[in-house]
Amino acid sequence: MLRIANVRKRYPNGLLALAGLDLTVAPGEILAIVGGSGCGKSTLLRLVSGLDRPTAGSVDLDGTPIVGPRAEIGMVFQEPRLMPWLTIDDNVAFGIRHLPAGERRQRVAEALSRVGLASHAGHWPRELSGGQAQRAALARALVGRPQVLLLDEPFSALDALTRQDLQDHLLDLWAYDRPTMILVTHDIEEALVLADRIVVMQPDPGRIRVSVSPPLARPRDRLDPEFLDWKYKLLAELDHASRKPTGDETFPAAAI
Amino acid sequence: MAAGRLQGSARRLGWLAGLILPLALALGWEMAVALKWADGRLLPTPSRIYATLAGLAASGELLDHVLATLQRVGLGFVFGVAAGTVLGAVSGYWTAVRRLIDPTLQALRNIPSIAWVPMFILWFGIFETSKIILIAVGVFFPIYLALSGAILGVDRKLVEVGRIFGFSHREMITRILLPATLPAYVIALRSGLGLGWMFVVAAEFMGAEQGLGFLLVDGQQTGRPAVILASIVSFACLGKLTDWLLAAVSVRFLRWQDSFKPAE
Repeated sequence: MLRIANVRKRYPNGLLALAGLDLTVAPGEILAIVGGSGCGKSTLLRLVSGLDRPTAGSVDLDGTPIVGPRAEIGMVFQEPRLMPWLTIDDNVAFGIRHLPAGERRQRVAEALSRVGLASHAGHWPRELSGGQAQRAALARALVGRPQVLLLDEPFSALDALTRQDLQDHLLDLWAYDRPTMILVTHDIEEALVLADRIVVMQPDPGRIRVSVSPPLARPRDRLDPEFLDWKYKLLAELDHASRKPTGDETFPAAAI
Repeated sequence: MAAGRLQGSARRLGWLAGLILPLALALGWEMAVALKWADGRLLPTPSRIYATLAGLAASGELLDHVLATLQRVGLGFVFGVAAGTVLGAVSGYWTAVRRLIDPTLQALRNIPSIAWVPMFILWFGIFETSKIILIAVGVFFPIYLALSGAILGVDRKLVEVGRIFGFSHREMITRILLPATLPAYVIALRSGLGLGWMFVVAAEFMGAEQGLGFLLVDGQQTGRPAVILASIVSFACLGKLTDWLLAAVSVRFLRWQDSFKPAE
Protein backbone atom coordinates (compact mmCIF):
# COMPACT_ATOMS: atom_id res chain seq x y z
CA MET A 1 0.00 0.00 0.00
CA LEU A 2 1.39 3.35 -1.08
CA ARG A 3 0.19 6.22 1.08
CA ILE A 4 0.62 9.90 0.29
CA ALA A 5 -0.50 11.95 3.27
CA ASN A 6 -1.01 15.70 3.28
CA VAL A 7 1.96 16.22 0.98
CA ARG A 8 3.03 19.77 0.26
CA LYS A 9 5.85 20.83 -2.00
CA ARG A 10 7.18 24.34 -2.28
CA TYR A 11 10.17 24.90 -4.55
CA PRO A 12 13.04 27.18 -3.49
CA ASN A 13 11.78 29.81 -5.96
CA GLY A 14 8.58 30.09 -3.91
CA LEU A 15 6.32 28.15 -6.29
CA LEU A 16 3.79 26.02 -4.43
CA ALA A 17 3.66 22.91 -6.64
CA LEU A 18 1.48 20.81 -4.34
CA ALA A 19 -0.84 22.07 -1.62
CA GLY A 20 -1.58 19.30 0.86
CA LEU A 21 -2.36 16.25 -1.25
CA ASP A 22 -3.75 12.91 0.01
CA LEU A 23 -3.77 9.74 -2.07
CA THR A 24 -3.67 6.02 -1.38
CA VAL A 25 -2.76 3.46 -4.01
CA ALA A 26 -3.54 -0.23 -3.50
CA PRO A 27 -1.05 -2.99 -4.40
CA GLY A 28 -1.35 -3.88 -8.07
CA GLU A 29 -3.55 -0.88 -8.82
CA ILE A 30 -2.97 1.12 -11.99
CA LEU A 31 -3.46 4.78 -11.22
CA ALA A 32 -3.28 7.53 -13.82
CA ILE A 33 -2.68 11.14 -12.90
CA VAL A 34 -3.77 13.60 -15.56
CA GLY A 35 -3.62 17.35 -15.67
CA GLY A 36 -2.30 20.26 -17.66
CA SER A 37 1.26 21.48 -17.35
CA GLY A 38 2.13 23.01 -13.99
CA CYS A 39 -0.50 21.07 -12.03
CA GLY A 40 2.17 19.30 -10.00
CA LYS A 41 1.70 15.82 -11.44
CA SER A 42 5.37 15.28 -12.24
CA THR A 43 6.34 16.77 -8.89
CA LEU A 44 4.11 14.21 -7.19
CA LEU A 45 5.79 11.37 -9.06
CA ARG A 46 9.25 12.63 -8.11
CA LEU A 47 8.22 12.70 -4.45
CA VAL A 48 7.00 9.08 -4.64
CA SER A 49 10.22 8.04 -6.41
CA GLY A 50 12.32 9.57 -3.65
CA LEU A 51 14.20 11.80 -6.10
CA ASP A 52 12.74 14.84 -4.29
CA ARG A 53 11.51 15.30 -0.71
CA PRO A 54 8.21 16.94 0.23
CA THR A 55 8.22 20.24 2.11
CA ALA A 56 5.62 18.81 4.47
CA GLY A 57 3.59 15.62 4.79
CA SER A 58 4.76 12.09 4.11
CA VAL A 59 4.94 9.40 1.47
CA ASP A 60 5.23 5.82 2.65
CA LEU A 61 5.26 2.37 1.12
CA ASP A 62 3.82 -0.36 3.36
CA GLY A 63 4.38 1.87 6.35
CA THR A 64 8.03 2.71 5.60
CA PRO A 65 8.58 6.37 4.78
CA ILE A 66 10.18 7.06 1.41
CA VAL A 67 13.16 9.29 2.06
CA GLY A 68 15.16 8.45 -1.05
CA PRO A 69 15.14 6.17 -4.12
CA ARG A 70 14.46 2.53 -3.26
CA ALA A 71 14.93 -0.74 -5.09
CA GLU A 72 11.23 -1.59 -4.79
CA ILE A 73 10.28 1.53 -6.75
CA GLY A 74 11.14 1.65 -10.44
CA MET A 75 10.78 4.59 -12.77
CA VAL A 76 10.39 5.23 -16.48
CA PHE A 77 10.97 8.80 -17.63
CA GLN A 78 9.60 10.73 -20.56
CA GLU A 79 12.89 10.12 -22.39
CA PRO A 80 14.46 6.65 -22.48
CA ARG A 81 17.56 7.93 -20.65
CA LEU A 82 19.66 4.96 -21.74
CA MET A 83 23.39 5.25 -21.11
CA PRO A 84 24.74 5.86 -24.63
CA TRP A 85 28.03 4.10 -23.80
CA LEU A 86 26.37 0.82 -22.84
CA THR A 87 24.80 -1.74 -25.16
CA ILE A 88 21.09 -2.41 -24.63
CA ASP A 89 21.63 -5.52 -22.49
CA ASP A 90 24.13 -3.69 -20.27
CA ASN A 91 21.65 -0.83 -19.94
CA VAL A 92 18.96 -3.22 -18.77
CA ALA A 93 21.42 -4.89 -16.40
CA PHE A 94 21.83 -1.49 -14.68
CA GLY A 95 18.74 -2.29 -12.63
CA ILE A 96 20.07 -5.56 -11.20
CA ARG A 97 23.79 -4.88 -10.89
CA HIS A 98 23.99 -6.58 -7.48
CA LEU A 99 22.89 -10.00 -8.76
CA PRO A 100 25.47 -12.65 -9.67
CA ALA A 101 26.53 -12.53 -13.33
CA GLY A 102 24.76 -15.71 -14.41
CA GLU A 103 21.41 -14.76 -12.96
CA ARG A 104 21.84 -11.23 -14.24
CA ARG A 105 22.33 -12.44 -17.81
CA GLN A 106 19.29 -14.67 -17.59
CA ARG A 107 17.05 -11.94 -16.15
CA VAL A 108 18.22 -9.40 -18.74
CA ALA A 109 17.56 -11.84 -21.59
CA GLU A 110 14.10 -12.53 -20.19
CA ALA A 111 13.29 -8.82 -19.77
CA LEU A 112 14.48 -8.04 -23.29
CA SER A 113 12.42 -10.79 -24.83
CA ARG A 114 9.34 -9.59 -22.94
CA VAL A 115 9.68 -6.15 -24.51
CA GLY A 116 10.45 -7.69 -27.89
CA LEU A 117 14.07 -6.55 -28.06
CA ALA A 118 15.84 -9.92 -27.71
CA SER A 119 17.53 -9.44 -31.07
CA HIS A 120 18.78 -5.98 -30.10
CA ALA A 121 20.67 -7.00 -26.96
CA GLY A 122 24.09 -6.06 -28.31
CA HIS A 123 23.03 -2.87 -30.06
CA TRP A 124 23.95 0.68 -29.04
CA PRO A 125 21.15 3.01 -27.91
CA ARG A 126 21.78 5.26 -30.92
CA GLU A 127 20.80 2.35 -33.17
CA LEU A 128 17.27 2.08 -31.73
CA SER A 129 14.11 3.92 -32.76
CA GLY A 130 12.29 6.04 -30.20
CA GLY A 131 9.78 3.30 -29.46
CA GLN A 132 12.46 0.62 -29.13
CA ALA A 133 14.49 2.84 -26.81
CA GLN A 134 11.47 3.36 -24.57
CA ARG A 135 10.88 -0.41 -24.55
CA ALA A 136 14.45 -0.85 -23.39
CA ALA A 137 13.81 1.70 -20.64
CA LEU A 138 10.73 -0.31 -19.61
CA ALA A 139 12.83 -3.48 -19.51
CA ARG A 140 15.43 -1.69 -17.36
CA ALA A 141 12.76 -0.52 -14.91
CA LEU A 142 11.02 -3.92 -14.73
CA VAL A 143 14.01 -6.26 -14.65
CA GLY A 144 14.42 -5.71 -10.91
CA ARG A 145 10.74 -6.67 -10.38
CA PRO A 146 9.79 -3.49 -8.53
CA GLN A 147 6.76 -3.41 -6.30
CA VAL A 148 5.84 0.03 -7.63
CA LEU A 149 6.46 1.29 -11.17
CA LEU A 150 6.30 5.03 -11.79
CA LEU A 151 5.84 6.31 -15.34
CA ASP A 152 6.34 10.00 -16.10
CA GLU A 153 4.63 10.70 -19.46
CA PRO A 154 6.45 7.64 -20.81
CA PHE A 155 4.99 7.67 -24.32
CA SER A 156 4.41 11.36 -24.94
CA ALA A 157 7.44 11.75 -27.20
CA LEU A 158 6.35 8.91 -29.51
CA ASP A 159 4.20 9.00 -32.63
CA ALA A 160 0.52 8.05 -32.24
CA LEU A 161 0.81 4.50 -33.61
CA THR A 162 3.87 3.59 -31.56
CA ARG A 163 2.19 5.11 -28.53
CA GLN A 164 -0.91 2.90 -28.86
CA ASP A 165 1.28 -0.11 -29.44
CA LEU A 166 3.29 0.56 -26.28
CA GLN A 167 0.19 1.28 -24.20
CA ASP A 168 -1.19 -2.17 -25.02
CA HIS A 169 2.24 -3.68 -24.46
CA LEU A 170 2.56 -2.05 -21.05
CA LEU A 171 -0.52 -3.93 -19.85
CA ASP A 172 1.01 -7.24 -20.98
CA LEU A 173 4.17 -6.39 -19.07
CA TRP A 174 2.16 -5.40 -16.00
CA ALA A 175 0.45 -8.80 -16.04
CA TYR A 176 3.70 -10.70 -15.23
CA ASP A 177 4.35 -9.34 -11.74
CA ARG A 178 1.39 -6.98 -11.33
CA PRO A 179 3.27 -4.07 -9.78
CA THR A 180 1.45 -0.98 -8.53
CA MET A 181 1.67 1.52 -11.38
CA ILE A 182 1.37 5.28 -11.22
CA LEU A 183 1.22 6.82 -14.65
CA VAL A 184 1.50 10.56 -15.15
CA THR A 185 0.15 11.70 -18.48
CA HIS A 186 -1.63 14.54 -20.22
CA ASP A 187 -3.29 12.09 -22.60
CA ILE A 188 -6.83 11.21 -21.42
CA GLU A 189 -7.10 8.31 -23.83
CA GLU A 190 -3.90 6.80 -22.49
CA ALA A 191 -5.21 7.11 -18.95
CA LEU A 192 -8.51 5.46 -19.91
CA VAL A 193 -6.86 2.56 -21.73
CA LEU A 194 -4.50 1.77 -18.89
CA ALA A 195 -5.81 2.89 -15.53
CA ASP A 196 -8.15 1.45 -12.91
CA ARG A 197 -8.47 4.90 -11.40
CA ILE A 198 -7.88 8.34 -12.85
CA VAL A 199 -7.02 11.40 -10.79
CA VAL A 200 -7.48 14.77 -12.45
CA MET A 201 -5.26 17.49 -11.00
CA GLN A 202 -5.52 21.22 -11.26
CA PRO A 203 -2.87 23.92 -10.93
CA ASP A 204 -2.24 27.06 -8.84
CA PRO A 205 -1.54 25.41 -6.47
CA GLY A 206 -1.40 21.78 -7.55
CA ARG A 207 -4.20 19.71 -6.04
CA ILE A 208 -6.63 16.89 -6.87
CA ARG A 209 -9.77 18.06 -8.64
CA VAL A 210 -11.53 14.75 -9.02
CA SER A 211 -10.82 11.03 -8.83
CA VAL A 212 -12.77 8.48 -10.88
CA SER A 213 -12.72 4.72 -11.50
CA PRO A 214 -14.35 4.17 -14.91
CA PRO A 215 -16.14 0.78 -14.87
CA LEU A 216 -14.96 -0.15 -18.36
CA ALA A 217 -14.31 -3.79 -19.28
CA ARG A 218 -10.76 -4.84 -20.22
CA PRO A 219 -9.20 -4.95 -22.72
CA ARG A 220 -10.49 -1.46 -23.37
CA ASP A 221 -11.59 -0.51 -26.83
CA ARG A 222 -10.61 3.05 -27.77
CA LEU A 223 -13.67 3.29 -30.07
CA ASP A 224 -16.25 1.84 -27.68
CA PRO A 225 -19.06 4.43 -27.15
CA GLU A 226 -18.82 4.12 -23.40
CA PHE A 227 -15.05 4.65 -23.58
CA LEU A 228 -15.58 7.74 -25.73
CA ASP A 229 -18.23 8.98 -23.34
CA TRP A 230 -15.73 8.83 -20.49
CA LYS A 231 -13.12 10.46 -22.66
CA TYR A 232 -15.35 13.48 -23.31
CA LYS A 233 -16.30 13.79 -19.66
CA LEU A 234 -12.70 13.74 -18.57
CA LEU A 235 -11.64 16.12 -21.33
CA ALA A 236 -14.23 18.60 -20.12
CA GLU A 237 -13.01 18.14 -16.57
CA LEU A 238 -9.43 18.71 -17.67
CA ASP A 239 -10.47 21.78 -19.59
CA HIS A 240 -12.16 23.26 -16.55
CA ALA A 241 -9.25 22.30 -14.33
CA SER A 242 -6.75 24.22 -16.41
CA ARG A 243 -8.96 27.31 -16.68
CA LYS A 244 -7.94 30.21 -14.46
CA PRO A 245 -10.40 30.72 -11.60
CA THR A 246 -12.73 33.62 -12.37
CA GLY A 247 -14.00 34.11 -8.86
CA ASP A 248 -17.25 32.18 -9.19
CA GLU A 249 -16.83 28.44 -9.72
CA THR A 250 -19.16 27.74 -12.64
CA PHE A 251 -17.67 24.29 -13.18
CA PRO A 252 -17.99 22.35 -9.96
CA ALA A 253 -15.87 19.22 -9.65
CA ALA A 254 -19.04 17.25 -8.95
CA ALA A 255 -19.92 17.22 -12.65
CA ILE A 256 -18.93 13.55 -12.87
CA MET B 1 32.21 -3.46 -57.67
CA ALA B 2 35.44 -1.88 -58.89
CA ALA B 3 34.32 1.52 -57.67
CA GLY B 4 33.56 0.02 -54.26
CA ARG B 5 37.03 -1.52 -54.07
CA LEU B 6 38.58 1.76 -55.11
CA GLN B 7 36.63 3.58 -52.39
CA GLY B 8 37.71 0.99 -49.83
CA SER B 9 41.37 1.39 -50.63
CA ALA B 10 40.96 5.18 -50.67
CA ARG B 11 39.74 4.96 -47.07
CA ARG B 12 42.55 2.63 -46.04
CA LEU B 13 45.24 4.77 -47.61
CA GLY B 14 43.62 8.06 -46.62
CA TRP B 15 46.13 8.66 -43.84
CA LEU B 16 48.88 8.92 -46.46
CA ALA B 17 47.43 12.30 -47.42
CA GLY B 18 48.98 13.66 -44.25
CA LEU B 19 52.44 12.90 -45.60
CA ILE B 20 52.04 15.06 -48.72
CA LEU B 21 52.69 18.39 -47.00
CA PRO B 22 55.88 17.51 -45.05
CA LEU B 23 57.33 15.59 -48.00
CA ALA B 24 56.65 18.49 -50.37
CA LEU B 25 58.29 20.94 -47.95
CA ALA B 26 61.33 18.69 -47.55
CA LEU B 27 61.66 18.21 -51.28
CA GLY B 28 61.28 21.95 -51.92
CA TRP B 29 63.98 22.81 -49.41
CA GLU B 30 66.29 20.13 -50.79
CA MET B 31 65.88 21.55 -54.29
CA ALA B 32 66.28 25.15 -53.15
CA VAL B 33 69.66 24.31 -51.64
CA ALA B 34 70.72 22.10 -54.54
CA LEU B 35 69.93 24.91 -56.99
CA LYS B 36 71.85 27.36 -54.76
CA TRP B 37 68.75 29.52 -54.16
CA ALA B 38 69.36 29.15 -50.44
CA ASP B 39 72.27 28.50 -48.12
CA GLY B 40 72.06 25.11 -46.38
CA ARG B 41 74.57 25.90 -43.62
CA LEU B 42 72.22 27.14 -40.90
CA LEU B 43 69.21 25.19 -42.10
CA PRO B 44 70.61 21.83 -43.23
CA THR B 45 68.82 19.97 -45.99
CA PRO B 46 66.55 17.00 -45.23
CA SER B 47 69.17 14.66 -46.67
CA ARG B 48 71.79 15.95 -44.20
CA ILE B 49 69.34 15.67 -41.30
CA TYR B 50 68.55 12.15 -42.44
CA ALA B 51 72.28 11.32 -42.65
CA THR B 52 72.77 12.70 -39.12
CA LEU B 53 69.86 10.64 -37.82
CA ALA B 54 71.17 7.54 -39.60
CA GLY B 55 74.60 8.09 -38.06
CA LEU B 56 73.13 8.50 -34.58
CA ALA B 57 71.00 5.44 -35.11
CA ALA B 58 73.92 3.33 -36.36
CA SER B 59 76.02 4.12 -33.29
CA GLY B 60 73.06 3.22 -31.04
CA GLU B 61 73.14 6.74 -29.58
CA LEU B 62 69.73 7.67 -31.01
CA LEU B 63 68.00 4.72 -29.39
CA ASP B 64 69.50 5.60 -26.00
CA HIS B 65 68.30 9.21 -26.31
CA VAL B 66 64.86 8.17 -27.48
CA LEU B 67 64.44 5.61 -24.70
CA ALA B 68 65.58 8.06 -22.03
CA THR B 69 63.10 10.67 -23.24
CA LEU B 70 60.27 8.17 -23.73
CA GLN B 71 60.74 6.88 -20.21
CA ARG B 72 60.53 10.38 -18.75
CA VAL B 73 57.45 11.31 -20.77
CA GLY B 74 55.86 7.95 -19.98
CA LEU B 75 56.36 8.16 -16.23
CA GLY B 76 55.45 11.84 -16.06
CA PHE B 77 52.34 11.16 -18.13
CA VAL B 78 51.21 8.29 -15.92
CA PHE B 79 51.62 10.28 -12.69
CA GLY B 80 50.09 13.43 -14.17
CA VAL B 81 47.09 11.53 -15.54
CA ALA B 82 46.54 9.67 -12.26
CA ALA B 83 46.60 12.86 -10.18
CA GLY B 84 44.55 14.84 -12.71
CA THR B 85 41.92 12.11 -12.95
CA VAL B 86 41.46 11.64 -9.21
CA LEU B 87 41.42 15.34 -8.34
CA GLY B 88 39.37 16.25 -11.42
CA ALA B 89 36.73 13.62 -10.62
CA VAL B 90 36.55 14.54 -6.94
CA SER B 91 36.41 18.27 -7.59
CA GLY B 92 33.79 17.83 -10.32
CA TYR B 93 31.61 15.70 -8.05
CA TRP B 94 31.81 17.42 -4.67
CA THR B 95 31.18 21.15 -4.54
CA ALA B 96 32.93 21.42 -1.18
CA VAL B 97 36.14 19.92 -2.57
CA ARG B 98 35.94 22.13 -5.65
CA ARG B 99 35.59 25.26 -3.51
CA LEU B 100 38.58 24.15 -1.51
CA ILE B 101 41.09 23.15 -4.19
CA ASP B 102 39.98 24.67 -7.47
CA PRO B 103 41.05 28.31 -6.90
CA THR B 104 44.53 27.22 -5.84
CA LEU B 105 44.94 24.89 -8.80
CA GLN B 106 43.66 27.55 -11.19
CA ALA B 107 46.29 29.95 -9.84
CA LEU B 108 49.08 27.37 -10.08
CA ARG B 109 48.04 26.55 -13.64
CA ASN B 110 49.15 29.98 -14.83
CA ILE B 111 52.74 29.53 -13.71
CA PRO B 112 54.98 28.88 -16.73
CA SER B 113 56.65 25.47 -16.57
CA ILE B 114 60.15 26.89 -16.73
CA ALA B 115 59.50 28.84 -13.53
CA TRP B 116 59.32 25.56 -11.62
CA VAL B 117 62.69 24.32 -12.81
CA PRO B 118 64.92 26.00 -10.18
CA MET B 119 62.56 25.03 -7.36
CA PHE B 120 62.23 21.45 -8.51
CA ILE B 121 66.00 21.10 -8.77
CA LEU B 122 66.36 22.42 -5.21
CA TRP B 123 63.63 20.14 -3.90
CA PHE B 124 64.08 16.94 -5.87
CA GLY B 125 67.69 17.14 -7.08
CA ILE B 126 69.04 17.36 -10.59
CA PHE B 127 68.30 13.76 -11.60
CA GLU B 128 65.21 11.92 -12.80
CA THR B 129 62.76 12.79 -9.99
CA SER B 130 62.65 16.50 -10.73
CA LYS B 131 62.29 15.88 -14.45
CA ILE B 132 59.42 13.45 -14.08
CA ILE B 133 57.62 15.71 -11.62
CA LEU B 134 57.94 18.65 -13.99
CA ILE B 135 56.40 16.61 -16.81
CA ALA B 136 53.67 15.29 -14.52
CA VAL B 137 52.77 18.87 -13.54
CA GLY B 138 52.43 19.76 -17.21
CA VAL B 139 50.21 16.74 -17.91
CA PHE B 140 48.13 17.23 -14.76
CA PHE B 141 46.40 20.52 -15.58
CA PRO B 142 44.64 19.75 -18.87
CA ILE B 143 43.37 16.47 -17.40
CA TYR B 144 42.18 18.07 -14.18
CA LEU B 145 40.49 21.00 -15.93
CA ALA B 146 38.78 18.96 -18.61
CA LEU B 147 37.51 16.27 -16.25
CA SER B 148 36.19 18.53 -13.51
CA GLY B 149 34.52 20.73 -16.13
CA ALA B 150 33.06 17.81 -18.07
CA ILE B 151 31.58 16.23 -14.95
CA LEU B 152 29.73 19.46 -14.22
CA GLY B 153 28.33 19.24 -17.74
CA VAL B 154 26.99 15.67 -17.52
CA ASP B 155 23.27 15.41 -18.29
CA ARG B 156 21.29 15.57 -15.03
CA LYS B 157 18.80 13.16 -16.54
CA LEU B 158 21.34 10.34 -16.73
CA VAL B 159 22.50 11.08 -13.18
CA GLU B 160 18.87 10.71 -12.03
CA VAL B 161 18.77 7.20 -13.48
CA GLY B 162 21.70 6.36 -11.22
CA ARG B 163 19.86 7.88 -8.27
CA ILE B 164 16.73 5.84 -9.01
CA PHE B 165 18.85 2.68 -8.88
CA GLY B 166 20.37 3.77 -5.57
CA PHE B 167 23.93 4.28 -6.82
CA SER B 168 26.60 5.05 -4.25
CA HIS B 169 28.94 8.02 -4.86
CA ARG B 170 31.55 5.63 -6.13
CA GLU B 171 29.12 3.93 -8.55
CA MET B 172 27.84 7.31 -9.69
CA ILE B 173 31.39 8.37 -10.58
CA THR B 174 32.59 5.13 -12.15
CA ARG B 175 29.38 4.00 -13.86
CA ILE B 176 27.91 7.29 -15.05
CA LEU B 177 30.10 10.36 -14.71
CA LEU B 178 33.40 8.96 -16.00
CA PRO B 179 31.91 7.13 -19.02
CA ALA B 180 29.81 10.19 -19.88
CA THR B 181 32.93 12.37 -19.84
CA LEU B 182 35.07 9.89 -21.76
CA PRO B 183 35.06 11.82 -25.07
CA ALA B 184 36.26 14.98 -23.31
CA TYR B 185 38.69 12.92 -21.26
CA VAL B 186 40.32 11.40 -24.34
CA ILE B 187 40.86 14.86 -25.80
CA ALA B 188 42.36 15.93 -22.47
CA LEU B 189 44.69 12.92 -22.47
CA ARG B 190 45.91 13.87 -25.91
CA SER B 191 46.53 17.50 -25.04
CA GLY B 192 48.16 16.33 -21.78
CA LEU B 193 50.46 14.08 -23.74
CA GLY B 194 51.34 16.97 -26.05
CA LEU B 195 52.24 19.10 -23.03
CA GLY B 196 54.26 16.17 -21.69
CA TRP B 197 56.39 16.27 -24.84
CA MET B 198 56.90 20.01 -24.41
CA PHE B 199 57.80 19.76 -20.75
CA VAL B 200 60.30 16.97 -21.35
CA VAL B 201 62.42 19.40 -23.36
CA ALA B 202 62.36 21.89 -20.48
CA ALA B 203 63.17 19.03 -18.13
CA GLU B 204 66.10 17.83 -20.21
CA PHE B 205 67.46 21.35 -20.51
CA MET B 206 68.14 21.22 -16.78
CA GLY B 207 71.19 19.07 -16.94
CA ALA B 208 70.50 15.73 -18.56
CA GLU B 209 73.16 13.39 -19.87
CA GLN B 210 70.81 11.66 -22.23
CA GLY B 211 67.59 12.28 -24.07
CA LEU B 212 66.47 14.15 -27.15
CA GLY B 213 66.43 17.43 -25.23
CA PHE B 214 70.04 16.84 -24.28
CA LEU B 215 70.82 16.16 -27.94
CA LEU B 216 69.25 19.53 -28.76
CA VAL B 217 71.41 21.42 -26.24
CA ASP B 218 74.47 19.45 -27.32
CA GLY B 219 73.87 20.37 -30.96
CA GLN B 220 73.59 24.03 -30.00
CA GLN B 221 76.70 24.06 -27.84
CA THR B 222 78.82 22.30 -30.45
CA GLY B 223 77.40 24.38 -33.33
CA ARG B 224 75.81 21.50 -35.26
CA PRO B 225 72.42 22.60 -36.64
CA ALA B 226 71.88 19.18 -38.26
CA VAL B 227 71.94 17.58 -34.79
CA ILE B 228 69.45 20.14 -33.46
CA LEU B 229 67.12 19.46 -36.36
CA ALA B 230 67.60 15.70 -36.05
CA SER B 231 66.43 16.02 -32.45
CA ILE B 232 63.47 18.21 -33.44
CA VAL B 233 62.42 15.78 -36.17
CA SER B 234 62.63 12.93 -33.64
CA PHE B 235 60.41 14.87 -31.23
CA ALA B 236 57.88 15.48 -33.98
CA CYS B 237 57.81 11.82 -35.04
CA LEU B 238 57.58 10.46 -31.49
CA GLY B 239 54.95 13.00 -30.49
CA LYS B 240 52.83 12.18 -33.50
CA LEU B 241 53.31 8.44 -33.01
CA THR B 242 52.30 8.43 -29.34
CA ASP B 243 49.31 10.68 -30.04
CA TRP B 244 48.22 8.35 -32.81
CA LEU B 245 48.54 5.36 -30.47
CA LEU B 246 46.43 7.11 -27.84
CA ALA B 247 43.79 8.05 -30.41
CA ALA B 248 43.75 4.52 -31.86
CA VAL B 249 43.27 2.92 -28.45
CA SER B 250 40.54 5.39 -27.49
CA VAL B 251 38.47 4.75 -30.64
CA ARG B 252 37.61 1.34 -29.17
CA PHE B 253 36.02 2.96 -26.15
CA LEU B 254 34.14 5.64 -28.06
CA ARG B 255 32.31 3.47 -30.59
CA TRP B 256 29.03 4.28 -28.85
CA GLN B 257 29.22 7.95 -29.80
CA ASP B 258 26.51 9.20 -32.09
CA SER B 259 28.57 11.97 -33.56
CA PHE B 260 29.11 13.85 -36.79
CA LYS B 261 30.86 11.82 -39.48
CA PRO B 262 32.64 14.19 -41.87
CA ALA B 263 32.20 13.64 -45.61
CA GLU B 264 34.93 11.67 -47.38
